[in-house]
Amino acid sequence: MRDVAVIGVGMQKWGELWEKSTRDIFVESALLAMDDAGVDRLDAMYVGSMSPGIFASQEHLESLMADYLGQKHIPATRVESACASGGLAFRLAWLAVSSGISDVVLAGGVEKMTDVSGGQATHALATAADMKWEGMSGVTFPGLYAMMAVAHMAKYGTTRRQLASVAVKNHDNGLLNPRAQFHLKISIDDVINSVKVADPLNILDCSPITDGAAAVILCPADHVKKFKKPGVKVIGSGHATDTIALHDRADLAALKGVGEAAARAYKMAGKKPEQIDFAEVHDCFTIAEVIVSEALGFFPAGKGGPGAEAGETARGGRIPINTSGGLKSKGHPVGATGIAQIVELTEQLRGEAGERQLKKARVGLAQNMGGSGGTALVHILEVM
Amino acid sequence: MAVGIVGYGAHLPRRRIKVEEIAKVWGADAPSYKKGLELLQKSVPALDEDTITLSVEAARNALARAEIDPKEIGAIYVGSESHPYAVKPSGATVAEAIGAVPDCHCADFEFACKAGSEGMFVAYGLVKAGLIKYGMGIGADTSQGAPGDALEYSAAAGAAAFIMGADERKIIATVDETFSFMTDTPDFWRREHQFYPSHGGRFTGEPAYFRTVTGAVKGILEKSGMKPTDFKYAVFHQPNGKFPKRAAKMLGFTFEQIDIGRVVPWLGNTYSGASPIGLTAILDVANPGDRILMCSYGSGAGSDAFIYTVRDRVREVRDRAPRTRWQLDENVMYVEYGEYAKLRRKIRMAGE
Amino acid sequence: MPPARSWRAYPQTYRLEAARCTKCGKAFYPPRLVCPECHNRTFETFAMKRTGKVVSHTVIRTPASAFSALQPFAVGIVEMDDGPRLTVQIADVKFEELKIGLPVRLEFRRIFSEGESGVIQYGHKAVPIRQ
Repeated sequence: MRDVAVIGVGMQKWGELWEKSTRDIFVESALLAMDDAGVDRLDAMYVGSMSPGIFASQEHLESLMADYLGQKHIPATRVESACASGGLAFRLAWLAVSSGISDVVLAGGVEKMTDVSGGQATHALATAADMKWEGMSGVTFPGLYAMMAVAHMAKYGTTRRQLASVAVKNHDNGLLNPRAQFHLKISIDDVINSVKVADPLNILDCSPITDGAAAVILCPADHVKKFKKPGVKVIGSGHATDTIALHDRADLAALKGVGEAAARAYKMAGKKPEQIDFAEVHDCFTIAEVIVSEALGFFPAGKGGPGAEAGETARGGRIPINTSGGLKSKGHPVGATGIAQIVELTEQLRGEAGERQLKKARVGLAQNMGGSGGTALVHILEVM
Repeated sequence: MAVGIVGYGAHLPRRRIKVEEIAKVWGADAPSYKKGLELLQKSVPALDEDTITLSVEAARNALARAEIDPKEIGAIYVGSESHPYAVKPSGATVAEAIGAVPDCHCADFEFACKAGSEGMFVAYGLVKAGLIKYGMGIGADTSQGAPGDALEYSAAAGAAAFIMGADERKIIATVDETFSFMTDTPDFWRREHQFYPSHGGRFTGEPAYFRTVTGAVKGILEKSGMKPTDFKYAVFHQPNGKFPKRAAKMLGFTFEQIDIGRVVPWLGNTYSGASPIGLTAILDVANPGDRILMCSYGSGAGSDAFIYTVRDRVREVRDRAPRTRWQLDENVMYVEYGEYAKLRRKIRMAGE
Repeated sequence: MPPARSWRAYPQTYRLEAARCTKCGKAFYPPRLVCPECHNRTFETFAMKRTGKVVSHTVIRTPASAFSALQPFAVGIVEMDDGPRLTVQIADVKFEELKIGLPVRLEFRRIFSEGESGVIQYGHKAVPIRQ
């Protein structure tokens, strides 16, 4: 197994991209990544996308994208793992390079969610749950996370305001990210008074519906000198599943799948949670960031809420989380999110994060999650 | 060989709407409707309740009181004028839900408000003939009243299920006599594909309801050699609070005899469930030895009359399922007209 | 939903049939082919009692289009007295009454139907126990 580095990143602005189709947004971001790396030809590509069949009536995305990227006859794979499709695409690309089978591999993600109605989008996202045994109750994704919030609040005393503080922080961070869907400063009261979605969550606790794509280029770490810009090394990769249905988990206030994936990544990297300088985590809902921050070992169980409220996860805090703005303000085109997290890690580790740049950014962690936690991917990257 | 009711149960939706609420919207005089119909309110099914769901719960209550293996039920009949399907019997879903399948005869019945008593009559007949061990007859409806029409005040929802059997140890009340009276009388009808029924106004009274009910009751009294004073309780079809009172008076029954079974003022007209639900309310309080007369009425028109005698077992089993009076009084949620119109699908969300 | 898909689940959706692992005793709804706890492959089927309690809950205010007519509605995770947990709608309840530990009973209800001409899917919803 060879060491692997990320050598190029690309991502255009996310939002409601009315004039652009699924293939437009993917190819644009992929070309940005290839230009960043200075490559013209790929050995392989992995495309993460959750539901192009529902959103765009299109499957077989890998062939379509390889074609429209002008990469004739390369092996291409479409990867699906609900909202972790991007993170899993990254892991598979890493395995391909690590194994020695390919040298220059693109890992990208795309989702175009705004052509269909809100109700249809909610349905598409709901297919990440157990459609027969959860979906038929009419529960939505906000509903599942709301039930986690109710359990977490009952078990640990996490408050509504603590959850809201996560949204406020991520919006503050998003103001500094030119690619973010939302550049909007919000307050805790704004969150609590926003439209109700699934009690106790309001619309400002929830990541939005977004069109967007992101792409990264991976190469063997030994080859980094051949490229024009610095590479960052992938030192840890962890992947785990959990029960598909939330109701089959013993503890509704925890995300064991995330904990397992993190343990595997930390072990491979030879790192402990305290040694992580910053992280991009899957804040599909404010409560998700709180529980994930505990599962990753940044806070003891139950302390994620007070920790967020006290500013420990802000840009100037002990463990900055979601300097990109997170899913909350950057947007959540589901298949692309996992890749965008790698983009942020790479830019921070290279010192290219502009106004978002952290002073201490040597080791970063990306956590991507599918459904209500049924799949978890954790990657750890380090400066070379 | 004695044949009779071995299990009974009612299931009523929780929601209610008051007469005043409906009158307010149509600019009608609520007090005169309440007085004229002797009606306070009616039940309203939720969007997820229909004739099948109400029948399943009523059937489960009947099974709780019968304490039999559902696989021994040899026939299930659901009578209604609001079957969810025009083709696919409600009884099949009930049978599947209670585990009576596959060795079971099934058919849906229709005869306006007497479809429930028909199911009871046929189930009883098959048991009496020795063809099946137990048979279930259910009367259930979630009927519609046209907006602003007089029937809107009373068209309600509910279900009652009866299991008939010949098992001596299990009989709660014997069926002593039956009598059916039927003619072609077009007092109330609904053509295929119509959402709301139509009716002949005052024609539904004397030439229809009263002629038929009195015909059936006189017939059963003559056939059995009994008179009104031989009965502790009587329950007649109850489209409103007034009709059964008048029928009782015409036939020589007292108000005390029909009081317990006359649930319509608080429930509304549950159509195929009407007299069957009334019968469950009576069985909830009757004593062993009490004799009960039941007479249904279905527009079109016909009546099925039954004579029952209550046995000791009623005391052992009646609290194994919720009592009808408790469901009427304790377990209620009131709605306003807008919510009622949405629940009854009189108004629908755009794009639905 | 295609008629076959809802039909094959009737033992679970209509009769609440669950399965107990013959080796470790854990009960599953729906039944499984292999026990995730002990990897045993034999089970005994049984119909669950219809009572349980709420272990978490929410009110869905922005449902998927299939359920839009019902909004807003309560949903909960119910732990059945026989062990398994289910995700179900909680019907006939005032939202202020929702709480962890609320005792409920499963009642037969209409779950979904595709427009005016599709097959109607039936199943269960939880209703607070009052008596």
